[in-house]
Amino acid sequence: MALEELYREVILDHYRSPRNRQALGGANAVAEGNNPLCGDEVRIELLIEGDEVTAIGVTGHGCSISQASGSMMGDAVKGRSIEAIRTLTGRFKGMMSIDGAGDPGLDPSRPGAVLGDLEALQGVRKFPVRIKCANLPWTTLEEAIKGFEEG
Amino acid sequence: MMDTESIRSDFPILERRINGRRLAFLDSAASSQKPVQVLDAMADIYRNSYANVHRGAYTLSQEATEAYEEARHKVAVFLNAASDEEIIFTRSATAAMNLFAYGWGLNILKPGDRILTSVMEHHANIVPWHIIARHTGAELCYMELTDDYRLDMESARERFDERVKVVAVSGMSNVLGTMPPVDEIARLAREVGAVLLVDGAQLVPHAPVDVQTLGADFLGFSGHKMLGPTGIGVLWGRRELLESMEPAEGGGEMIRDVRLHDSDWAEVPHKFEAGTPPFVEAIGLGAAVDYLSAIGMDAVLEHDRDLTGYALERLAEVPGLSVQGPADTVDRGGAISFDLAGIHAHDVATILDQEGVAVRAGHHCAKPLLRSLGLTASTRASFYVYNVAEDVDALVDALAVARRIFGLDGA
Repeated sequence: MALEELYREVILDHYRSPRNRQALGGANAVAEGNNPLCGDEVRIELLIEGDEVTAIGVTGHGCSISQASGSMMGDAVKGRSIEAIRTLTGRFKGMMSIDGAGDPGLDPSRPGAVLGDLEALQGVRKFPVRIKCANLPWTTLEEAIKGFEEG
Repeated sequence: MMDTESIRSDFPILERRINGRRLAFLDSAASSQKPVQVLDAMADIYRNSYANVHRGAYTLSQEATEAYEEARHKVAVFLNAASDEEIIFTRSATAAMNLFAYGWGLNILKPGDRILTSVMEHHANIVPWHIIARHTGAELCYMELTDDYRLDMESARERFDERVKVVAVSGMSNVLGTMPPVDEIARLAREVGAVLLVDGAQLVPHAPVDVQTLGADFLGFSGHKMLGPTGIGVLWGRRELLESMEPAEGGGEMIRDVRLHDSDWAEVPHKFEAGTPPFVEAIGLGAAVDYLSAIGMDAVLEHDRDLTGYALERLAEVPGLSVQGPADTVDRGGAISFDLAGIHAHDVATILDQEGVAVRAGHHCAKPLLRSLGLTASTRASFYVYNVAEDVDALVDALAVARRIFGLDGA
């Protein structure tokens, strides 16, 4: 049943116990995203050293999908280069697009990432109105990085 | 007693299965469903009598014009307006509120003047005033709520002074269901010489409204929340005030004469209806008014109350559920907003939809209200003439499913 695919245990676990939920002292890249239609809010704080995101804080409030997506995203991008994060973001959004069947998917063999968790969000695709919930933290992450790069 | 079975048979959409389930449509506060009588009235114009109104000297245009003005008359009778000319057709309730804000507020308000509204308003009765306040230098002030989700009239009384020139308040909150004491607000407004606009978007579809006893000077509402089509709304105003009000839009149909550098306005209501009006939609609204009048608005109100009472009772059985709104059905309409501990409103709405239950989730276009309640989103169930106790039961059952999926049923 579609509901069980949407609300997988791993998603509910991240929703109940969100990871990386912290205010980062010394963050050098920050962005806030919200969905004005439904009120979901996400704040992303990054510490970028060299070309690597060494620490991340993900705060905000909203539905299980937006909050779990942000929690998983934090785990997945921490310790990665900006280039790798860009690739990951592209792949995540590809997975979330309604016609995302052609996406190669997230490579589970990639070291250091919690890709298995992220793939649990695939069920969201069957609920088009909720896709923007899943994408919100990622879009906000992109904005934080863009702001950092533009100084 | 209403014959809900016969009413339900007039709404073809209620036969739909949603995700394999019987549809329990509980989002009429956002937009109501339409009976065949409304669909047929509109189709009849398009098929048989369609041409632009107030323009052509030929049969089709004449028939369409007559049907349009007949719809105006139906709305006037429905509201017990003093004359048909007091009914201005707009494209929505939002447009009606904006017409008043621009036509009246923009031209009357000065720096130091006050616009008084309440924290429970829909954005359509807040944002236009932000714009008008910015243009005029007037200040926007708010009436607050009591702990039991009613307007705090004690503190509100102190807000009424000679600085207040416009009072704009909802007749029924789209979030809380609260029906504030419009008569008392009208008395207070009159005492300080302020003009009162009532946002009737929820009130007019759900309760009998007689504009000659309501106490308001202006009343805005839309057709699509009262069984009519989208794209049509009404601003009712007292004739003498409408005559002194400036138009907010210029264009065809609203003029008496146009020269190169100035123009004269047509008489009310036409001076406020620039351009080709949504006349087929107005005719649809006329059919909706016929439908509601045949039921009787007292019966509509009583039916909503009965369902609201039953729903409040049943929702009290759901662990972790808290209702934002009056706990009884006194001065309360059939919109019930609630928070379910541990599950976000969007998740509630997604799960309910899988069970065939359609509810609204979000801020309900009332962000200042939700913020004052410490919420960013809530779930809302709302009722209308075609809802039955079975819809409430489906809602309560689906909420149990939501709690089970989120691991909250104590298992």
